[in-house]
Amino acid sequence: MERIKTLTETTYQETQEHGGCGECQTSCQCGIANQACEN
Amino acid sequence: MIHQYKMNGYNIVVDVFSASVHVTDDLAYDAIHLLDTGMGEEEAEKALRKQHPEASDEDIRDTFLDIQELIKANKLFSKDVYQKAAGYLKQQSTVVKALCLLVAHTCNLNCSYCFASQGKFHGDAGLMSFETGKRALDFLIENSGNRRNLEVDFFGGEPLVNFDVCKQLVAYARSIEKQHNKNFRFTLTTNGVNVTDEVIEWANKECYNVVLSLDGRKEVNDRFRVDKAGHGSYDKIVPNFQKFVKARGDKNYYMRGTYSHYNTDFTKDIFHMADDLGFTELSMEPVVTDPSSPSALTEEDLPILYEQYEILAKDMLRRERDGKPITFYHYMIDLEHGPCIYKRVSGCGSGTEYMAVTAWGDLYPCHQFVSDPEYKLGDIWHGVTNTKLRDEFKECNVYSRPDCQNCWARLYCAGGCAANALHSTGDIHGTYEYGCKLFRKRMECALMMKVAEAEMAESKAASEDAE
Repeated sequence: MERIKTLTETTYQETQEHGGCGECQTSCQCGIANQACEN
Repeated sequence: MIHQYKMNGYNIVVDVFSASVHVTDDLAYDAIHLLDTGMGEEEAEKALRKQHPEASDEDIRDTFLDIQELIKANKLFSKDVYQKAAGYLKQQSTVVKALCLLVAHTCNLNCSYCFASQGKFHGDAGLMSFETGKRALDFLIENSGNRRNLEVDFFGGEPLVNFDVCKQLVAYARSIEKQHNKNFRFTLTTNGVNVTDEVIEWANKECYNVVLSLDGRKEVNDRFRVDKAGHGSYDKIVPNFQKFVKARGDKNYYMRGTYSHYNTDFTKDIFHMADDLGFTELSMEPVVTDPSSPSALTEEDLPILYEQYEILAKDMLRRERDGKPITFYHYMIDLEHGPCIYKRVSGCGSGTEYMAVTAWGDLYPCHQFVSDPEYKLGDIWHGVTNTKLRDEFKECNVYSRPDCQNCWARLYCAGGCAANALHSTGDIHGTYEYGCKLFRKRMECALMMKVAEAEMAESKAASEDAE
């Protein structure tokens, strides 16, 4: 197996520039992690 | 901050502040752990040699080189740089984008564990009038600023007890949404008793999502979910739900169950709903109740619940391999297109951009605060008059909760539920620790599933290449 395999490409830092539109669904813990960003 | 754990044969490393998820071999897993204890690289190399005498010098050197590359790329041991983002969404001019309409403070069931005291919210029974509901929708439009997507939940009590008003309110919203450049998304949460052909047709046309309450196996569901005469609801509601879901086609729905101390083997309820009843979109939530209640979950239950969540994750992977997947809401995680960091630090928006409206037009931070006069925000005619309370909710984020500061999962949960925090600690800035423990376990399972799914996709691609 590979020594270290990274599953993710996007980082939170990258969403800091373009995020914050507020159009995503209200979430009730369901839970923040499961919603895809609408934009 | 990082979080390391082993599950289902995988070594998983989560980098908390970058969102990076790594799968490693044993050597890298232990090397990362040594660095995480605060060791310098030289010291860690020595310690790793002791732990892994079978590893060659080259392997050990390469392992640390790989780790250094990830650190340089800000994908391992990355720093927390998001404190400024906390409150960004809420410090903007206050907009409201979602309302929970409590159209019925009454219910045709009599569930003993109901947080809303059988729909009456510890107060008088009553139904929302069309005029009150209409004013609530106008209030939402007036206060929504430039937000286009507006959400309205029909909730109760049992909203279908007041179905005519639900229909009238949707018709009213549809008649005005275009002129205001808004897109109303309605959802319905129902116990299933009053689900008729007319309800199904209306909901499938108008409701973006429906939440159908069912606790799983008949004996489990009928322990709590009973009618006024004490009769279980299972035989009545299951055929209604099956008809509803079948007619719904590919539109959103999910079965929403509650598990308690009486059914800590809750995966059996999930599998019953999937295998015996044909539902594929599923959610089972831990009961939140007075710790002295016999149905309350206990510390002794935790290891059992942890095991149940792992059983569920592994079984869901099996179903995926068999081509018959099911969805469990807490395991839906989008690693690439999930919410932005602003959303992740600021949470659900209760009390600021999301509010509950009672049948009489009073505003509360969410449906779980209704009936507590201390938490009344105002009403739909005068707006939010208790601005001090709204400001307190504006400050609700992962940085305002001391207990979250050492939690690896905080950017997946955004600080948790303010209502649960209030009920368990007396403070909306507290945390409901029992819920946190279950949340962290669910996230470990969800991330493990992502690792396994990536592996499945890889081996599928490899076998296609070989052909």
